[in-house]
Amino acid sequence: MSERAPLMESGVEHRFGPYGGQYVPETLLPALVELEGAWVAARDDVAYVAELDGLLRDFAGRPTPLYLAERLSELAGRELWLKREDLMHTGSHKLNNALGQALLARRMGKQRIIAETGAGQHGVATATACALLGLECIVYMGAEDIRRQAPNVQRMKLLGADVVSVDAGARTLKEAVSEAIRDWVSSVATTHYIIGSAVGPAPYPAIVRDLQRVIGDEARRELLARAGRLPDRVVACVGGGSNSIGIFSPFVNDADVALIGVEAAGQGLGSGRHGAPLTAGGRAGVLHGSLSAVMQDRDGQVTEAHSISAGLDYPGSGPEHAYLRDSGRARYVAVEDTDALCAFREVTRLEGIIPALETSHALYYAIHEDGIGSTLDLVCLSGRGDKDLAEVIAQGDAP
Amino acid sequence: MGKPARDRVPAVAQTGEDRIGAAFALRRGRAALMPYLMGGFPDMATSRAIGEAYAANGADLIELGVPYSDPLADGPTIQAAGTAALRAGATIGGVLEVGEALARRVPVVLMCYVNLVLAPGADAFVQRLREAGISGLIVPDLPMGEEPAVTEACAEHGVALVPLVAPTTTDERLALIGAQAQGFLYTVSVSGTTGERGSRAQAFGELLGRVKRHTAVPVALGFGIATPEHAAEAARAGADGVIVGTRLVRAAAEADDPAAATGEFVAELAAALIR
Repeated sequence: MSERAPLMESGVEHRFGPYGGQYVPETLLPALVELEGAWVAARDDVAYVAELDGLLRDFAGRPTPLYLAERLSELAGRELWLKREDLMHTGSHKLNNALGQALLARRMGKQRIIAETGAGQHGVATATACALLGLECIVYMGAEDIRRQAPNVQRMKLLGADVVSVDAGARTLKEAVSEAIRDWVSSVATTHYIIGSAVGPAPYPAIVRDLQRVIGDEARRELLARAGRLPDRVVACVGGGSNSIGIFSPFVNDADVALIGVEAAGQGLGSGRHGAPLTAGGRAGVLHGSLSAVMQDRDGQVTEAHSISAGLDYPGSGPEHAYLRDSGRARYVAVEDTDALCAFREVTRLEGIIPALETSHALYYAIHEDGIGSTLDLVCLSGRGDKDLAEVIAQGDAP
Repeated sequence: MGKPARDRVPAVAQTGEDRIGAAFALRRGRAALMPYLMGGFPDMATSRAIGEAYAANGADLIELGVPYSDPLADGPTIQAAGTAALRAGATIGGVLEVGEALARRVPVVLMCYVNLVLAPGADAFVQRLREAGISGLIVPDLPMGEEPAVTEACAEHGVALVPLVAPTTTDERLALIGAQAQGFLYTVSVSGTTGERGSRAQAFGELLGRVKRHTAVPVALGFGIATPEHAAEAARAGADGVIVGTRLVRAAAEADDPAAATGEFVAELAAALIR
């Protein structure tokens, strides 16, 4: 299954099989062309690559550790190696992409940055990159997410970002992305939109993947050096799908390595209140500029997702994930709210690591589900859970 | 358009492109008025009454919006109206019934986001439009060339696929879109979402001049046209058609009698275009 999606002339995928594309108002097309041109030039430019690598190392703390979690391994019955993105500056993998795109915006001469955020991790990462580079930063965030992720809202404001509350619809990540795109339609000449997930119109899914690929590259190298082998499974949570596509990518051509994306089953796949479009299946649809797995009704109205974790509370998915699913190269499963809370508690108590609620979905799957045939799992510990304490305590699930 | 005379042939047997072309041609050099109607807002029956009021007060065509969960090209007013319509139970079927009724009086062009077009399959969707007598289709989040199935379905069923261009559109792309445009070319007057704005006379002229060099079909200007003065400015700047949306949706939202209030406003717009 090493077949790759056809490349554009620039080497940047616009489609992954049938998925992806550029379903945007005509106003935005020139900006997407400009962005693709800037990205192609930047990624081959020694100065850009050196500046990004330098910041990732000295400012952000890369490479992040790879940690053999012995007590969790005992519980799971196989080795669990955790890629510690939670130890990166700002507390999640999101900074890999935010730094790369903020440097790109500066190259394009754009001084104003907009971003969407669900859990607030991408908002904090973007606000951080903007503070570092002296760029104006506006973050769109659903009103419900502002409520449940208050610490991250405070961090963004301290970093100088303007956090704009979005009151439409379910007031979560989907609405925040829509509002950011609307801003961009009106401000495209001066503004760069830093999308935080591997979603959106081309070239965004490819850019975000390329900037997050560092997670998988480091983990693969380190695991080969220390364990002397590749993992049987790579497990990561999937909302839009940035940490998962980042850790999957270097393993796609390793045919014996299973790739497992863990979505949010919310209150259960049968309840309809979930955030698992890839797992639930159904007709493909267009959301936020690309064709992919989307939760929608019969007419094509996009339905509301639900998850206890704001970062997985999204009815869409990255187009490359839909392609990996259909091609059989990756498998997608879903974990319910209550099970994610269970893993949150277990990992905290057994390893002294408080994981993000998003990450807790992947951890639950790796620890408890269907491990037959695997003796070594690599799990992307995509973020830390400090932001979730209030929400977890409110669930009555803390000590 | 070099087509044989169609006396006695019911309007529905014309292609959508013919019917739209005739509506522009009837204006004999004056700009056509195309008010926007959010289907199903505030409810289905009232939206139909508003559309009837548009037709009775000087609308040459009607742009009929389909409420959508994620309307990326719309500003807050139309977005809120769409959300309210969906909450009131609006469906694509209901909106097409309104369109069918209005199409007996004036040509109707449907404005519909791409996921609603793709959900039943582009061919099945466009066939429904044809059966309802809808003349044209505007898909604000579908750049020309991105989804050939929609283009093919519109050609197959005789529904004009009306493209949008914007101030940011390059000359190269304008040439491509202008050559393929059917019915009319929807020119977005500002880089932005739908909504009301101040005077834009000079920008209108520059933009329209650039667009008209690239197409043979009528050029209609929309987004940000909120008053009879704006409409007259657009017409003087060379627009073949003027589209007014947000101002009318706001009137429908605020008035005690939406049909009367919007009808009166459409009459003022029509008068401004005759001067």
